[in-house]
Amino acid sequence: MQKKISSIPFQGTPEQEAKLKEAIANHRDDPGAVMPVLQEAQEIYGYLPLEVQTMIADGLNVPLDEVFGVSTFYSQFALSPKGKYHISVCLGTACYVKGSGDVLNKLSEELGIEAEECSVDGQFSLTACRCIGACGLAPVITINDDVYGRLTTDEVPGILKRYKEA
Amino acid sequence: MEMLNIKINGRDYTVEKNTTILEACHKFGIKIPTLCYLKDINEIGACRMCLCEVKGARSLAAACVYPIDREGTEIFTNTPEIRKNRKTTLELLLSHHDKKCLSCPRSDNCELQALCLEYGVNEKNFQGEDPRYEEDLSTLHLVRNNNKCVLCRRCVAACKEQYVSVIGANNRGFDTEISCAFNKKLADVACVSCGQCTVVCPTGALVEKDNTAEVFKALADPTKHVVVHTAPSIRATLGECFGMPVGSLVTGKMVTALKMLGFDKVFDTNFGADLTIMEEGTEFIERVKNGGTLPMITSCSPGWIKFCEHYYPDLIPHLSTCKSPQQMQGAMIKSYYAEKAGIDPKDIVVVSVMPCVAKKFEIQRDDQGRDGMQDNDISISTRELAKMIKTAGIQFVDLPDEEFDPIMGIGSGAGTIFGATGGVMEAALRTVADVLTGEDLKQIDYNEIRGTEPIKEATYEVAGMQVKVAVTSGLKNAAKILDKVRAGEADYHFIEIMCCPGGCVNGGGQPIQPGHVRNFVDLKGLRAKALYQDDLGLPQRKSHENPEIKAIYDEYLGKPGSHLAHELLHTSYVKREKY
Repeated sequence: MQKKISSIPFQGTPEQEAKLKEAIANHRDDPGAVMPVLQEAQEIYGYLPLEVQTMIADGLNVPLDEVFGVSTFYSQFALSPKGKYHISVCLGTACYVKGSGDVLNKLSEELGIEAEECSVDGQFSLTACRCIGACGLAPVITINDDVYGRLTTDEVPGILKRYKEA
Repeated sequence: MEMLNIKINGRDYTVEKNTTILEACHKFGIKIPTLCYLKDINEIGACRMCLCEVKGARSLAAACVYPIDREGTEIFTNTPEIRKNRKTTLELLLSHHDKKCLSCPRSDNCELQALCLEYGVNEKNFQGEDPRYEEDLSTLHLVRNNNKCVLCRRCVAACKEQYVSVIGANNRGFDTEISCAFNKKLADVACVSCGQCTVVCPTGALVEKDNTAEVFKALADPTKHVVVHTAPSIRATLGECFGMPVGSLVTGKMVTALKMLGFDKVFDTNFGADLTIMEEGTEFIERVKNGGTLPMITSCSPGWIKFCEHYYPDLIPHLSTCKSPQQMQGAMIKSYYAEKAGIDPKDIVVVSVMPCVAKKFEIQRDDQGRDGMQDNDISISTRELAKMIKTAGIQFVDLPDEEFDPIMGIGSGAGTIFGATGGVMEAALRTVADVLTGEDLKQIDYNEIRGTEPIKEATYEVAGMQVKVAVTSGLKNAAKILDKVRAGEADYHFIEIMCCPGGCVNGGGQPIQPGHVRNFVDLKGLRAKALYQDDLGLPQRKSHENPEIKAIYDEYLGKPGSHLAHELLHTSYVKREKY
């Protein structure tokens, strides 16, 4: 699957930028600096939008497309921000055969976003993840630190409502 | 030098240690198929077409990156297993290729198609996903169609070699595509329009934007006076499109073909090149005398100009304000020629034939043209001209020679060498030296700045002054010089920069030679040699001696650098964003 690119406006702070610049300075002379800097950038910003990748490209003096190439090659890098509530749907084998694909589709429909996207209001983000080790509860989703198991698609709107009203 | 005795397909050979299998086979008359390999710039062993067997090795080896380093190595290049592997690789590539050969601009000149024919593929053996990519039509100079892409990454390497790197392999696995960062269109990134990607693409995934239909339309319109002019290097490359050897000089046949196509006038951009030298030489002398910004850098190459605007905007004051020969020629056709011929410039369609696709961008730049008219209306590449000649059924190879038309049909030898790296500098020096000494100097071959080395430097004594010059081509090399200029470490007076490696003879609009030719034939050198031969045979070898150049200053422009010359022949540049 190709990486989804967020259209949500970048809202980086000067503090975050200072941290990123420090990370770049620490790695500037390392061969293959793009990967560790991207990792640190993702820790700082939560994701890797154009503005962040541009700073990395300029800071390390490498082409933007090279930075983008690395960020789209590895699945751990995200190009969309995480919402206030981050929903992970387990698509591991056990969850999948128990219907987590349908749960993902239902969430996507209710939130109006695709997997690996964040809602425009920044409230919800959605991701499909690999086995989280709770196969006994399949199908499983997590919303931040809350775990929901043995889900059916009918339960999805009610669960989301709790967070929308929180 | 250690030599090794090896066997290829059971026959004995001797090769230098660490020669690759591909190079060794080429030397002994065996062509190994390749799709990704480009000598020196893309040696990545990715496409798996060149697989060969090395006796005793665990698996088949990629010939392009396998150095022969053992005495007695036994290599096989044509076993049933190898043929089956290569055929399967091709069939897998075709599984999600659009296979629209009949309407593909690269049909008949496609490396994938040629290999499919050689290996007898079944195009339906593997049915993959349907092509999924929208064509990128956003730029003026090229079309990108990823549905024909084989992910060989030659274009990525060519773009990187140009220090531009706006395309790369993004995403992963089956989703891998050659694209710009954040899926931007080519028009929205800092692409310099050089077209080097189109010359190296083995398929039709990257092609120039075809403007031939507009030219045919103008030719068929009786109310239009259609004038064509051809850049210096076209005469040294056009023949290749008709199967002639690399380096064939075809000036006369080209002129005949253009007249047969129905152009009302066939002019020579060498005239425009000579005019550029008059203006640029004068500008240089003035900068030296009046303490202007030095080093001055040439401005003929629109890909280089766009590169400077995106990546080195702080150096814009170093650029000569002279328009390129294409633009000067167009400007003079729509003013001087229009006046002399008594034709309303609005009824003139100027077509330029260029070795370049950045010229398609240049004709629409701001601060070119006059009274809402462009200097040139349509710019086509060498390849597009060849296509027009073929469409018209003109049997190019057998044509007799004809001459360019007056009053812009004479070019000096200085004009003709504009097509090769070092040529603009040499042309300028020939004129500047004569002007400053007031003599007709006989020593006019500046051999130190000829040839295809990436960076050439020389110091010449001109009228008692030491003039230090640098010549470079290919933007990676240019960047090295520009970094020195930026750091204040360059003491050059004059720098020539051409965007494409080797200059216009290797431009993005030039005939496409397949990998197995490109990798082993010195295209740049052979094509340039033809231009230097042309120079030697011409009655005038200095721009200021061109009788038509003398006439245009006497009758129209006054003197170089005059008010009118500035209005028509000079331009300005803008800072452009990098992202």
